[in-house]
Order: sequence, then structure tokens, then C-alpha cells
Amino acid sequence: MIITMGLVATICGVLIVGAFQGTQDAIAENKRITLERAVFKVLPGAASVREYAATPAGIQPLTGVMPEGGVKFYAAYDKEGVLKGIAAEAAGKGYADTVARAVRLRRHVPVHRRHRCRVHARDAGHRRQDHHRPGVLKNFEALDVRVNAEMTALANAVKVVKHGTKKNAWEIDAIAGATVTSKAVGRGISESAQKLLPKLVPHIAELKP
Amino acid sequence: MSLPKQADDAITFDTFMEGVWRQNPVFVMILGMCPTLAVTVSAENALSMGLATTFVLVSSCLLVSMVRNLVPKEVRIATYIVIIATFVTLVDYLIQAVSLKLYEALGAFIQLIVVNCIILGRAEAHASKNPPLKSVVNALGMGIGFCIGLFALGATREILGAGKLFGVSLFGEHFQPWV
Repeated sequence: MIITMGLVATICGVLIVGAFQGTQDAIAENKRITLERAVFKVLPGAASVREYAATPAGIQPLTGVMPEGGVKFYAAYDKEGVLKGIAAEAAGKGYADTVARAVRLRRHVPVHRRHRCRVHARDAGHRRQDHHRPGVLKNFEALDVRVNAEMTALANAVKVVKHGTKKNAWEIDAIAGATVTSKAVGRGISESAQKLLPKLVPHIAELKP
Repeated sequence: MSLPKQADDAITFDTFMEGVWRQNPVFVMILGMCPTLAVTVSAENALSMGLATTFVLVSSCLLVSMVRNLVPKEVRIATYIVIIATFVTLVDYLIQAVSLKLYEALGAFIQLIVVNCIILGRAEAHASKNPPLKSVVNALGMGIGFCIGLFALGATREILGAGKLFGVSLFGEHFQPWV
């Protein structure tokens, strides 16, 4: 019995490792293309994308391994090499699967010595989802994700509120009948912004090409 | 009086057609209803899921049939599950390598092929009792039967819901969805 189980396990192991090795490059390339398309979708007019890591020490181009404490983000440039915007990934656990979005960040002029950032999000997924509806996307046209004065966290955490009760710019009006997906989107954006912005905002000027 | 062994091992037209028609997994045996209902929102998704399931079904039946005389009775189900899970992992990697869009569309239902009762049922009821070639022919028929079922449902839903088939508009831009 042990020999048989060992034989079956060996055959299965070889098949899995072979498939993993054989498809690794193609999967990595597919993921890169998908991500690039997602960034281009949230940043129209961009012609190229560069990966960066925001660390407590500053911003640095991401080549290979992520530096300790770093958070990945994408800077998109137009044909002339002018910075079009910044995008980051955000994901939250939805009802059936992970809801992933690419989020566009727009920097505003500093007010009272504080940088202001607002998050703009457009669906970069491929699945038909409720938040494709134009009314839902209005939530993200000027979602407030300002960083606090100490630049350690968001001034107001992004949160999902019951449909029709949104009062503040940092709230997301839940999709009626699809609150799990709404909460996943809100949680994804909040977590992504909490991780990235306190590291990115103090050094954002370094990004100018 | 039992039939001679050669007669049991004989591959007939019925070996293949059993799964396509007489024991069609979707329309007759009502098996694999989760993916049948969940991913058949379009003909492309339906056909892709059908082909992925067919690949796992045929491959696992081949391997189960090859090791059928070596596997002790007590651990046969565990062994079948390991074999099926292996081919599901393979198909998972292959779909990711071919199209991430398709991978996202099929979602968790790719991994859930491992618990599809059509596959374990075929392994236990047919592949574990028959030689490899006969098992493959039977599994292929069953897989094609599953593809037919999924495609019929996926095509109907896409035509009625979006007026399209494989993404190609059939009724023009003024089509109003029926469902």
C-alpha cells in the first residue's frame, strides 16, 4: 500500500511541478499585461507604466525584490514621458471571490502644509459586476483619502455606509442588494490607501520624471 | 455464466456514446450542477469549463485505470482524489497561462472541478474496473456530453440575455434582453 501511494504521489508531484515550471513564464507575462491594461484603464492617456516601491525612506524603482516595508504602486506616463498619474492595487474579499480593482490616485495642491490626495477608482476587472453601474462609480469620483497631519495614516478611514446615507467624502454608498461586494471594495481601497499613502505622500515630489 | 474477458474489455460505440446521450451527465444524470448553473453565463465560459472538466476527466480516468490493480481497496477513494486534484492543478495553471480573463471569469469553479461528482463517479464506477483505453473512450464521451450540456445552457443564456453568441451580436444594437 505504501509503495502504491508513494508511486501515485510521485507521479502527481512530477506532473504538478512540470506544469508549474512550464507555465510560470506565461502566467507572469499574462499577469503583467493584465495589470498594465488595468492601469491604462484607470489612467486614460498613459502610454507606459513603471513600478515603484514606496518605503519610509522614499520612493525607489521596483526591480526584483520588494524592499522591507515597501508598498508597490504604479506610475503611468504619457508618450512625452510626463507623469499622468499613480495607480495602486486594492483588493477585498467579496461574496464569491476576491474583488480586485486598480485605483487611480490624484494629487491636489498642498493645503495648509498638508498634501491632499483623492482616490479615483474605476473598475478594472473583467467580470460583470454591480459596481459597473454609473451611479455606483460616482462614489469614487472624489473619494477623500487625505493623510493625517502626522502622515502616519488616513485622516478618515474609508468606510461603506448603507445605500443612500452617504454624507462625507470618505464614505462609499453601498450598492443596494450587493453589500458584501460594496464592503469588499471599500475595505480594499481603505487598506490599500492606509498602507501606501503615508509612505507615498511625503515623497511624492520625487516622482517627477 | 460470465462473458469472456475480451468481451468485457471490448470498446464499442456505446462505450463512447453512453456519456454523450444515454447517461448524459447534465440532462440525464443531473450531475455537476454547480458549474453548470454558475459559469454558463456565456457560451465561451461554458465551453471552457466543459473542456477543462473533460481534460481532468479523461486524464484522471486514464491514470486511475492504469493504477487500478495496484491501489488497495481501503485507500482507493483517497488515491482517486489525489489524482483528480493533480489534474485540476494542471488545468488551473494552463488556464492562467492561456487567458487570465477566462481564469477570472471561471473563478473558483476551476478548483471546484476536484469535487465534481462526474469525475469521481467515473473513476470509481468505470475507470477502476476497466482497462485504460476503454476508460479514456468512456471518459471522453462523458466529457463531451458535459460540454454539450454546458454549451447548450451557456449559448441559450447568452443569446437571451445579451443577444450575442461568443460575443458576436446576433440581433443588432437595439436588442432588448429577454431575461
